[in-house]
Amino acid sequence: MKTALYDNHVRLGAQLVDFAGWQMPMRYSSTIDEHHAVRKRVGMFDVSHMLIVDFEGSQSSMFLRKLLASDVNKLSKDGQALYTVMLNERGGIVDDLIVYRLHETSFRIVFNAGVAVTDLEWVAAWQRTTALSVSIQPRRDLSIIAVQGPTAIQTVIELLDCPQLMEVQAFTAILHNEYFIGRTGYTGEDGVEIVCPNTDASKIWDQLLDAGVLPCGLGARDTLRLEAGMNLNGQDMTPNDTPYECALSWVLDLEPARDFVGQAALEKAHRQGIVTKLTGIVLQGGVMRSGFEVQSNAGLGTITSGSFSPTLGYSIALARVPRATTGECTVSIRNKQKAARIVRPPFVRHGEKVHK
Amino acid sequence: MSETPQELHYTNTHEWARLDPDGTVCVGISDFAQDALGDVVFIELPDTGTEVAAGAEVAVIESVKAASDIYSPVSGEIIRVNDQLTDAPDLVNSEPYDGGWIFVVQPFSDNPNSDLLTAEQYQEFCETNSNEH
Repeated sequence: MKTALYDNHVRLGAQLVDFAGWQMPMRYSSTIDEHHAVRKRVGMFDVSHMLIVDFEGSQSSMFLRKLLASDVNKLSKDGQALYTVMLNERGGIVDDLIVYRLHETSFRIVFNAGVAVTDLEWVAAWQRTTALSVSIQPRRDLSIIAVQGPTAIQTVIELLDCPQLMEVQAFTAILHNEYFIGRTGYTGEDGVEIVCPNTDASKIWDQLLDAGVLPCGLGARDTLRLEAGMNLNGQDMTPNDTPYECALSWVLDLEPARDFVGQAALEKAHRQGIVTKLTGIVLQGGVMRSGFEVQSNAGLGTITSGSFSPTLGYSIALARVPRATTGECTVSIRNKQKAARIVRPPFVRHGEKVHK
Repeated sequence: MSETPQELHYTNTHEWARLDPDGTVCVGISDFAQDALGDVVFIELPDTGTEVAAGAEVAVIESVKAASDIYSPVSGEIIRVNDQLTDAPDLVNSEPYDGGWIFVVQPFSDNPNSDLLTAEQYQEFCETNSNEH
């Protein structure tokens, strides 16, 4: 499959890769240059492979209160958004997502591309089960361009002539002409995600390009999110992991009356005791990768995401380890035990190193 | 287009080999390979004095994306490694045929280049290889 920006990527000489069936840019030039552009100035990403789904109808909030681990009733104004997860009945993570309140009776969710089909089936199945009055509309007519970095807001304000963006809080979206602009992202930097009709995507992309915004691929997207300590679905969290095991207990709204999908299983798991946690690891002299074994003071663990941090100049990783794990550890890289250290993510905040 | 200097020999695992006048063989990875790997961020160098067979894993190059094994193009003893790469692994990207050399082998055989590809053969190999993707 191709996004509406496919030809733009080809023109820019991107190295294209298959991601969940989509031909997506891995990098245009150097992943490290693209990474630094976002940390220091501004970069843009085509994330149109992600699936936007609109929920409309008098019972849409009731439906989403059943479906999501956070309570959408917390969204008191149109445009407000929250990050949360959708769980299976075992309390495992089906997907993580951002849900926006469009109106009192309509919501917009952005799902991950990798599980888009599963998500849609899951949502449809629960609509049938609950028989609530809600229409579920996938929006493949829309593209998403993420513009991220310290100068992202200023750039977008000038380009789209929307000064009101300056006052928009994080995790809030505004409607500007035909564009839905959310102050959200997946890089740890300030920025926006611009949702526009597919027919406008190429024009906006080229205008951003002319304004000096560097196109960035999935490679930089991964190193940026990892530095920011953000989970990647399918890697750091799977349908077998509860939010407790993914450093995501903060998203849970556990009031008993709501009884969302997975809530009973989560409460049971919590009573029985959670034995693992997702944490950070730093290592010099090698690069940690997903699947590598971690040996800690509290037992064995596994790297779920690992890479090189361009900001720090050494390797960082997320790992699932025994709950009591702290301090020094070793990571097995090609049968050699390398000294590493457990730290609490994020690794980088506002372009600066978090841990000494 | 990637550069493929005529005077060098190549392998189908994308190393280049330069037979120097003193009989030693200097090894690195090709321009095609460094471009495919992307930013190189770490290199695990072999120990000098190690004896290696042609085709044996000798070093590991880590790019942002993945780790790749580097194989010795010839049988012999590793006599030098490029320590500069420890602090500046990106030399493999910026100067694949100069500052980005990885190790030097003292070959066991007098005719170590016999099984290697010429620049022309290697170019053909890369073209076939990239068409597959």
